Amino acid sequence: MPRVVVDVMLKPEILDPQGQAVANALPRLGVSDVASVRIGRRIEIEFTGEPDLARAREIADKLLANPVIEDFTVRLVEADETADARS
Amino acid sequence: MTARVGVVTFPGSLDDGDAARAVRIAGAEPVRLWHGDPALHGVDAVVLPGGFSYGDYLRCGAIARFAPVMETIVDAAQGGLPVLGICNGFQILCEAHLLPGALTRNQHLHFRNRDQILRIESAGTAWTNAFQPGQEVLIPVKNGEGCYVADTATLDQLEAEGRVVARYVGGNPNGSQRDIAAITNPAGNVVGIMPHPEHAVEALTGPSLDGLGFFTSVLKHLVGAPA
Repeated sequence: MPRVVVDVMLKPEILDPQGQAVANALPRLGVSDVASVRIGRRIEIEFTGEPDLARAREIADKLLANPVIEDFTVRLVEADETADARS
Repeated sequence: MTARVGVVTFPGSLDDGDAARAVRIAGAEPVRLWHGDPALHGVDAVVLPGGFSYGDYLRCGAIARFAPVMETIVDAAQGGLPVLGICNGFQILCEAHLLPGALTRNQHLHFRNRDQILRIESAGTAWTNAFQPGQEVLIPVKNGEGCYVADTATLDQLEAEGRVVARYVGGNPNGSQRDIAAITNPAGNVVGIMPHPEHAVEALTGPSLDGLGFFTSVLKHLVGAPA
């Protein structure tokens, strides 16, 4: 069954201290060519029937993302593209 | 007649007991409200306490906003019911769109727990009328996600309309824009504050008694308010 994937990211103008902390840790791995890291959230939604993108968008706008600080994108993926199908 | 002030308990609320105690010390009757019960049981005002409602899952306050009791509180607040959101309660008020902006992870990523000086910027709200404008108070701050953010237009509007209720003085503990510690809605009945006035109401446990003013303010407001 296809799923709807919602990606939620902090808006570009909102400081992402978690991303900064990760970026600051990279030199300890010997990585010196990363300019910035931003951390977001991926949500996978499975409907009982056909996936409903409009409904998913409504869920994202009302609950999954806070439009004051976050942007989101909604897309359909096949089951084998979802995270738990990958190893 | 003794004013009845509701204190909501969500799953994961932490400071509901202290908030109820502060209400009692201020001279009102605390009424415990339950997140799953939409009834407000005739209360004259409501406190949304600090804590970690619903485990802070998704975003702080994001799920509490949809609790049955919140639907009633949002309607009542729009009708003038005084509502004070403390810490997690402030986050819930922003998520419920009763207050503008949002509260995000502290800029330095550390949980910050200390006694904090605030300057009361607006003494015209239902929850701050016992203070003088410009008065400095000492109350505890303890948060991990207390960094207040909003776009520049919203911040300018808050400032222009006198809706910044309190600012951090002597060091900003979380990176909040313009040192904002508390804000109010246009009507002044809904106030969100990140530090914890309910922890500064007794000499035994608090750094001062300054927090009591928030709770005595609402009693003054209720006496003056038309029934």
